[in-house]
Amino acid sequence: MAWVSSARKRSPWLLHYETGGCNGCAIEFVAALTPLYDLERFGMLNTGNPKHADILVVTGCVNARSGRVLRNLYEQMSEPKVVVAVGVCACTGGIFHDGYNLAPGADKVVPVDLYLPNCAARPEAIIDALLTAADLLAETRRRDQHAHQRAPDQQG
Amino acid sequence: MSYPAGLGIILATFLLAPVVGGLLTGLERKVIARLQGRVGPPLTQPFYDLVKLWHKRPQAANRIQIVYVYAHLFFMVTSLLAFLLGQDLLLILFIFSFATVALILGGLSVDSPYSRIGSQREIIQLVTYEPILVLLVIAYYQVTGSFMVSQARSLEQPLLFTLPLVLISFLPVFIIKVRKSPFDLATQLHEPHQELVKGIITEYSGPYLALIELASWYELVFLLALVSLFWATNWVGGLLLAAIFFFAVTVIDNITPRVTYSWMVKFVWKVGLGLAVVNVAWLYLWK
Ligand code: SF4
Repeated sequence: MAWVSSARKRSPWLLHYETGGCNGCAIEFVAALTPLYDLERFGMLNTGNPKHADILVVTGCVNARSGRVLRNLYEQMSEPKVVVAVGVCACTGGIFHDGYNLAPGADKVVPVDLYLPNCAARPEAIIDALLTAADLLAETRRRDQHAHQRAPDQQG
Repeated sequence: MSYPAGLGIILATFLLAPVVGGLLTGLERKVIARLQGRVGPPLTQPFYDLVKLWHKRPQAANRIQIVYVYAHLFFMVTSLLAFLLGQDLLLILFIFSFATVALILGGLSVDSPYSRIGSQREIIQLVTYEPILVLLVIAYYQVTGSFMVSQARSLEQPLLFTLPLVLISFLPVFIIKVRKSPFDLATQLHEPHQELVKGIITEYSGPYLALIELASWYELVFLLALVSLFWATNWVGGLLLAAIFFFAVTVIDNITPRVTYSWMVKFVWKVGLGLAVVNVAWLYLWK
């Protein structure tokens, strides 16, 4: 239905998880929420609750511990959902890529739909990525039917 | 009340009240955004949120939670309907409390610490404002000689002139009920405050959250209708009073920080309850 996808596009609620890294991208993301950039004019709210959120924003490099949390958060979100990897750390590991405890990119843990490979990502770029993610949400109308498979090794 | 008028009110409750409640919620978000110097979401934002939530995949922690959500909405709609039909005020406020109790039971039925602490705070809020509502009913009876809401329309002078202090003591009740700062302890519907995740509504998602949102619109309309009761002799006065209350609450929400629950109980009981008691005692002694 057209009006459902239009509503999805205009009301994407965000969940932000900072997995590690230098925290630069996380701060830029929070800057995008402030009155100066005002993400709420697109209907976006930072919910802080996976059960209410539509877009999972991952910043920083994923390590063994935070990867488990990230997977848990992702699984608690109800469909349809979109994952955005913000910053080069979340995309590939970035300057920390050869760290002994790191997964090279958030997509090793959760299915990532959008990559924003900046270091650090500027608020304007983050807004652009989130609007594209909102379009994705609107398109993935039937997503609930072919839900992402739960990876067997990540359970529990 | 005549049959067609009653039918009209029933239809208005089911069709018009959600639209009005949603638009008022949108207006409130817009006003908050302007007070903070930003553009803010469009006026129709709450409707987008509702449609989106309704079409998310349902996910419940247990089945009983779903029953409580529907009970919450049912009692909320019933209290507004009974109010608009001019029924017994005492009964209406009981039904209204049942709606909150249903939400609390739903929050307590889940094994989540956030939801549980949120529910316990909601219980404290209920205990805090309930005496004021009871005093409001007593004062109402004292002035009109009846518990029926329809009685207020046939008074010579508005209730405001005989019950000014009760109306002032109703302000904290209003703030607690619409979950606004400084008394937004249990949860906040549209705000990114993240203490306790989302409090009492943490464990609801998708369509169930949409129902809670819808119930909150009904709640807003009901509370504004209750405020307009204080000037029920003239609908312009009633609307004006409700509008003043609405904007006062929005501004207070923006200029105050959240308080602790013990501060809330102390403040509301000392000031709010005190004012209401003085007003009722004055009615008894000097009238
Ligand atoms: S991408 Fe750059 S700015 Fe962002 S978290 Fe990694 S190192 Fe920091």
